[in-house]
Amino acid sequence: MSTALEIRNLDKAYVAGKPVLRGINLSIEGNGITAIIGPSGTGKSTLIRCINRLVEPTSGEILFEGKDLVKLNRAELRAARSRIGMVFQEYNLVERLSVMENLLTGTLGKTPALKAFFRRFDPDDIRRAWEMLEVVGLTGFANARADSLSGGQRQRVGISRAVMQHPALLLADEPTSSLDPKTSVEIMELLARISDSKGIPVIINMHDVDLAKRFASRIIGMSGGHVVYDGGADGLTDEVLKSIYGGEGWLQ
Amino acid sequence: MGTPENPVREWQRFTLTEKLGRFTVYFAIVAAVAWAAHSVEIIEEFIWDAPAQVADMGKRMWPIAWDYFKPGILNPLLETLNIAAVSTLLGILMAVPVGFLAARNATPNKFINMVARLILVATRSVNTLLWALFFVAVFGPGALAGTLAIAFHSIGFIGKLFSEAVEDAQKGSLEALSAAGASPLQLIQYGYWPQVKPTFWAIALFRWDINVRESAVLGLVGAGGLGMALDTAINLFQWDRVALVLVTIFAVVIVAEVIVTQIRKKLI
Amino acid sequence: MSSPAPSFTPVPAHVPAHVRPFQSSWLARAGWLLLFIYLVYAMASLDFSWTRFVAGLEHGAKFISRMFPPDFTRWDLLVKGMAESLQMAVLASFIGVIISLPLGLLAARNLMPGFITWPVRVIIIACRSYNPVIVAIVAVKAVGFGALAGIIALTVASVGFVAKLFAEAIEEISMKQIEAVRATGASFGGVVIFGVLPQVMFRFIGFAAYETDANLRNSTLVGIVGAGGIGGTLFAAFQRFDYDFVFAIVLTIIALIMLGELLQIGVKKVFRQ
Repeated sequence: MSTALEIRNLDKAYVAGKPVLRGINLSIEGNGITAIIGPSGTGKSTLIRCINRLVEPTSGEILFEGKDLVKLNRAELRAARSRIGMVFQEYNLVERLSVMENLLTGTLGKTPALKAFFRRFDPDDIRRAWEMLEVVGLTGFANARADSLSGGQRQRVGISRAVMQHPALLLADEPTSSLDPKTSVEIMELLARISDSKGIPVIINMHDVDLAKRFASRIIGMSGGHVVYDGGADGLTDEVLKSIYGGEGWLQ
Repeated sequence: MGTPENPVREWQRFTLTEKLGRFTVYFAIVAAVAWAAHSVEIIEEFIWDAPAQVADMGKRMWPIAWDYFKPGILNPLLETLNIAAVSTLLGILMAVPVGFLAARNATPNKFINMVARLILVATRSVNTLLWALFFVAVFGPGALAGTLAIAFHSIGFIGKLFSEAVEDAQKGSLEALSAAGASPLQLIQYGYWPQVKPTFWAIALFRWDINVRESAVLGLVGAGGLGMALDTAINLFQWDRVALVLVTIFAVVIVAEVIVTQIRKKLI
Repeated sequence: MSSPAPSFTPVPAHVPAHVRPFQSSWLARAGWLLLFIYLVYAMASLDFSWTRFVAGLEHGAKFISRMFPPDFTRWDLLVKGMAESLQMAVLASFIGVIISLPLGLLAARNLMPGFITWPVRVIIIACRSYNPVIVAIVAVKAVGFGALAGIIALTVASVGFVAKLFAEAIEEISMKQIEAVRATGASFGGVVIFGVLPQVMFRFIGFAAYETDANLRNSTLVGIVGAGGIGGTLFAAFQRFDYDFVFAIVLTIIALIMLGELLQIGVKKVFRQ
């Protein structure tokens, strides 16, 4: 299986001398769900955001589709970003726009701004958008305003938006942290289905270890800015979890 | 919205009625602008001459007559600031009761409500300068006319914003107070006032900021303040002094801006 | 034996501060006191005399009686003046609003770097500092008497108002939505159109409507200094003591503004999102 994403020696320090990420080395395969777990503040979110450079890495290389993302200029970065879909913890939908418009936001990487203004999107994209709505079960909501939806529905729109980009890689930053347990499972199932059917690798940041064990084929544990565990769900013994999170109380 | 075998594959942002409404508005705007552009009387030669005129004026304004500040500007400036403060206070005092009466949820009597709203519209429509002309004719030139002019003009604005804030007040706390047996006055004090207070201060500051600028102009019609110094300088073609007044106004506006921002931070 | 009625004991004054819930801080009280003193001083310095006020009231009564009934006989002059004012207001609003859209975007500190926002903000403050009448005086000197000067003055005032409020509205938007649109690889134009504008367009329309109303009112004024419109007619009538004609003009202005307000409400309904 080919490598979809390769991270080499990634460092990130928001304040000089206090690195948040220290020499991260990772190689992500071209399919399946990879979950990144670890305590708050350990750099999980920073790592994910460095990949599409919403946060600028301090040093290191990120190889994706034959290019080092860290070295790209603005235009090339935009092209690369259109190949990477992202799902956010707080959905980050454009609240005042309709569900359909939010989906079509995913095509902005290739739709010229003027056409987007007049809402003249590629009919092919519109067809795909309708199909996507069916897949996530939101067909009747196409013209509903995004802020009229529930949390789970909004996240489904967020995921649809990311998939609309035809991405080669899907990033998810704590996608279920704002949702109740039942909806969280539904969202994870959706992500798993998409990863399977479209053959896209998915990297998910999460704090719910049980969900990670259940859905991810590979789990990366981070602590103090380092990768301290890299393997399958079975290798996640209590000992390992203690070394990642510290403390025992929560393991009961 | 289509059948499972023949699903709809297009998408429209607006329904037909919405499109019609939007189109009508666009059309009306374009028609209005076209009519205005076509029928307005502009003498073209003046446009071409304008850069030369502006350059000439610029030359006359430089160097700015700084030495004129103490003798000719300082007192009118203080008068302008005082007019702004007092007129805002007066305007608030007059506007609050009218604004209250104009709010649909606070006054059940429809007739009084309508009269109050009419007062608000009328005072707003008559410009400060027009009010100033009137008060100068009645009370003679000077700061009294200016203060009353700004105060009366402000009634409309303060009153409208205030009545909107009152109408927005949540019914819940009002019902609770009524149920506990509060008198109308107590209802106002403990029910409406706490909810309206932040908006009230925002309106007061906003209006004071505008009134500072309005009071600078009143002197043009003899109602006191910096405007009189400006008027004199213009009539005597002393453009360097005109420049001084303009710079003073700019400085005052910036200082007022800073004050307002600081107070807003503390209050909100 | 009936139980005694519950009594209410007021909180005594020597109870410490944290037990008295409605006590305001001494800082706030000092602020109030200062404000009060200033206002008293300001009123005193403005030289109000009671006799003057009373004399004025009498004068005012005579004045008002001369305004009734309003004189509409010279309606052709009235219409011509109002038409010109309307033209000036429409054009100035249109041009002003169009300029304000990009200007407001450039002035937004969360979208643009400092070396762009700073000069743009200074320009906007300069436009806002001056009452349209003052700008009209300068404009008359530059481009001569007539409607052009009025349009320039009103446009400057519009830009100062709409661009400032628009920039403030943009600075208040949620950056999270912007982040998401950026992550899709959208161009700057795409981010503005799909991330910024949906959040602020409704408020922008409100500002534009308010400013058009303000221009309508100001357009009746700038004529006083020769910049075209009904203001000139009104000022001339005033100086000729034709107070009944003045009243007729004022009534027409009020009517026009009320009409404008109704239209405004209609437009807002259509564009409600």
